[in-house]
Order: sequence, then C-alpha cells, then structure tokens
Amino acid sequence: MDNLEKQIIDLIIEITDEEDVAEERDIDLFEEDILDSMAAIELLVAIKDNFGVTIAPTELEREEMNTTNKIIARVRERM
Amino acid sequence: MDFFVEPAFFVLCVPIVLIAAILGMRERPLGRYGLVASVLMLALLFFRSIPSLIFFGAYLLGSLALYAWVAGLFRKEHPKAVALYRVALACQIAPLAIYKVGVLFAPDFPGFLGISYITFKSVQVLIEVRDGLIDNMTIGEYLSFLCFFPPFTSGPILRSRNFVTDLRTPLSRDAYLERLYRGLGWFVLGALYKFVGSALAHWGLWMAPAVISVPALSFVAESFCFGLDLFFDFAGYSNMAMGLGLMLGIEVPRNFHMPFAAKDIKEFWDRWHISLSTWLRDFVFMRFSSFAISHKLFKSRLTTACVGFMINMTLMGVWHGITPDYIVYGIYHGVMLAACHYLQKKWKFYKRHKRDRWFVAASWLVTMVVVFFGFALFGGYVVSPLLGLSS
Repeated sequence: MDNLEKQIIDLIIEITDEEDVAEERDIDLFEEDILDSMAAIELLVAIKDNFGVTIAPTELEREEMNTTNKIIARVRERM
Repeated sequence: MDFFVEPAFFVLCVPIVLIAAILGMRERPLGRYGLVASVLMLALLFFRSIPSLIFFGAYLLGSLALYAWVAGLFRKEHPKAVALYRVALACQIAPLAIYKVGVLFAPDFPGFLGISYITFKSVQVLIEVRDGLIDNMTIGEYLSFLCFFPPFTSGPILRSRNFVTDLRTPLSRDAYLERLYRGLGWFVLGALYKFVGSALAHWGLWMAPAVISVPALSFVAESFCFGLDLFFDFAGYSNMAMGLGLMLGIEVPRNFHMPFAAKDIKEFWDRWHISLSTWLRDFVFMRFSSFAISHKLFKSRLTTACVGFMINMTLMGVWHGITPDYIVYGIYHGVMLAACHYLQKKWKFYKRHKRDRWFVAASWLVTMVVVFFGFALFGGYVVSPLLGLSS
C-alpha cells in the first residue's frame, strides 16, 4: 500500500467512522450506508484540500466512486 | 399551438416521427433533423404571440453569446475568468428572476412559455463550463440542446453532456429501432396517464366537495384526488416528452419512478420530478454544502445537510412561483427533508428497526400523508384560504 492509498483511506475512515473500508475495499459504500451524498461531498472537499485534486460534483457518476478502490483510482488519475 | 394538448400537435408529430424513423433506419445522424423539426415546432408554439417570439429569440441569442464568452474566458485562462463567469451566470438567471417578480405586478409581463426550463439548461451549461466539464460543445450543438422541442415547455430537464454525446454517437439500425419502440411505448403510456388517469382524478376532484359534506373529509378527498391528478397529468406529459425524444434518437431522462412507493420523503424526491430534484441536488445542494464545508460555516455535517435541504427546497418553491402557496410548499418540503435526515442519523430506534416490515409499512404511510398534505399546499387548498386569498 503506497502513501497516497493510505492517506485516502485515512480520510474515508475519518469521514465515515468505519474502519472496514481499509480492509474491504471493493464493497459498495453507498449500498452499505457508509457514504451518503453529504459524506461524499465532504470527501470531495477533503480530497481537494489534501491533494489539490478538484472533482466537480457532476463530474462522476455514483458508480465511478462507490468503493474505496475506485475513489483511490479517481484521485490517482487526476494527480 | 400548445405542446401535448392541442390535437394539431399530435397530428404534426406523426410526420416528424416518420421522417426520423426513415432516417434512423437508414443509419443517418438525426441531430440536424432534430434541430430543424424543433425550430419548426417552436415557431408554431410562439406564432400567436409576437412579443414572446421576440423575447425567446433574444434569450436564445443572449445564451449562445454568454456560452461562447465564458467558454473563451476559461480556454484562454483569462486572469479574471471566475469573476466574469459569475457576472455571466447572473445575466443568465436575470430574465427568469425578473419575469417571476414581474408577473406578480402585471400578469401579462413579457416572458415566454418554457423560460423556466430553458433557464435550468443554460445555467447548468455555464456552471459545467466553469467546472471544466464542457470544453468542446459547438454553438450549433448548444442551439440544438436549448431548442430540442419534446421537453421544451415543461421538462424533463436535459443534461447537455448526455445530449451532445447522443448527437455525436451514430446509431446502428437496431439501436435506433430499440429507441423508436421504447419511445413509442413511453408515449402511449404517457397519453394514457394524461387522457385517462388525469381525467378520472380530475372528475374525482370535482365530485369530492359535492358529495362529501364533512369539511375535513372533503379536504382529505380533494387532496388525494388533486395529488393523483397532478401525478397523472405531469408524469403523463413527461412520459410523452421522453417517448418523443427517444423516437428522435435522444435519451430524455425519466422524470417519475413510482413516487407513491416511496418509504421516506428523501426517497420520494428520488422518484418525483426526478430531473428537477437531481438538478437542484447537483447545482444547488452540493455546491452549497461544498462551500459550507470548506468555509466551516457549521459545526457538524448534519447541520450543513439540514440547512442545505432548507435552501434547496425553498428555492424549488420560489421557482414554481412567488406566491404564498408555493413558498410555503417549498419550506414545508425543506423542513420535512431536514427532519427525515436528522431522524435517520440520530434516532436509535430508527437504526434498530429500519428493516422491520411493520416499521417500513408505518414509514410508508407517514410519507404518503406528508406527500399528499404537500400536494394540498401546492394546489392552494391550505395557505390561500387561511390568508383569505382566492387560490
């Protein structure tokens, strides 16, 4: 696990209070009630503050960022 | 000629769809044809009122100019691009805002049919240009997007990126036929909703006060029939617009998805007037929340969400019209969404029982009462009589 992955996972844990997201990185976070639209916006703001990566609210469909791994991939694409 | 109401509209749709079908089956692109058909239909929509035709033309030219200007600012990385974009956004919203205030004082204030819906489309384009999501839409494509006639007067609200993708993607014969048949199905269903469902509900609405003498019961019956009338009329119209769009090769988003199956009020707004609620979610609620979080306006995420719901829905109410009925309707739904969100986050009993069958049933029932009381507010059955105004 590289540094970026660890930082993003820590952010998701901080926002959702769910430790599982570090282990089960392919579960659907919206289906499991771990993320809701509010927490997702908070995550986008945190990603912008921490990595300087801006993701506009309508840029991604929910299916493109609904798991821990997908969120990491979306940030990595834009670094 | 009013769309989806006058027989002439339906008669004209026959050759328009037939020509589209011939082109589609020969795998010809439908974009330019769609624009020609739309210009023709809009000319027929406005021809009875020259002032609205002129106002519409000016609005269209202004929107195209604003888009070209804002896109240029960001392409050239103009140092004041963001500030100037805000000016452009204000100019884009101004005609609708002035119109909504103007009609309060003069019912014949200049405007044109569809000004509300075209504003949603033009505003969203400017915002997405600023977000860097739209960078190569041509002026011609933007014109087609703004004029596309099936959803012109009352939605569903299209998204420009999906629309432009549809314009640019050639359809195989089979892919077009699939859209044609699906579109025909939605159109027929929509017509049944509007001309059978809505007519029955309308009859009920008319009968209720005559046959029920107890005022409280009559109010319940009227609210129920009015809600059903609203649903069948609007969902019927939306389904016909969606069907017609599909037959012209464009995916028009679905606007209603079994709203009376909603088990909480948040779910209701995921099922009712979906293109409006998702538009407000994406361009008002999320922008406000993002701003509030990064500027730390509120202590908790919960407070941010509740304030966001209030702003979002109050704006929705005001957009319907600046009247006591609509404003109260908007605030009411803001309060209901905030309350629902708060309970789902904080109420331990909810978390323990939310999957129990009896709880889901009770939650559905409460939701329907909230929804139909909302319809009564919307229809002017509550606030106007209380204020002594005629609704």
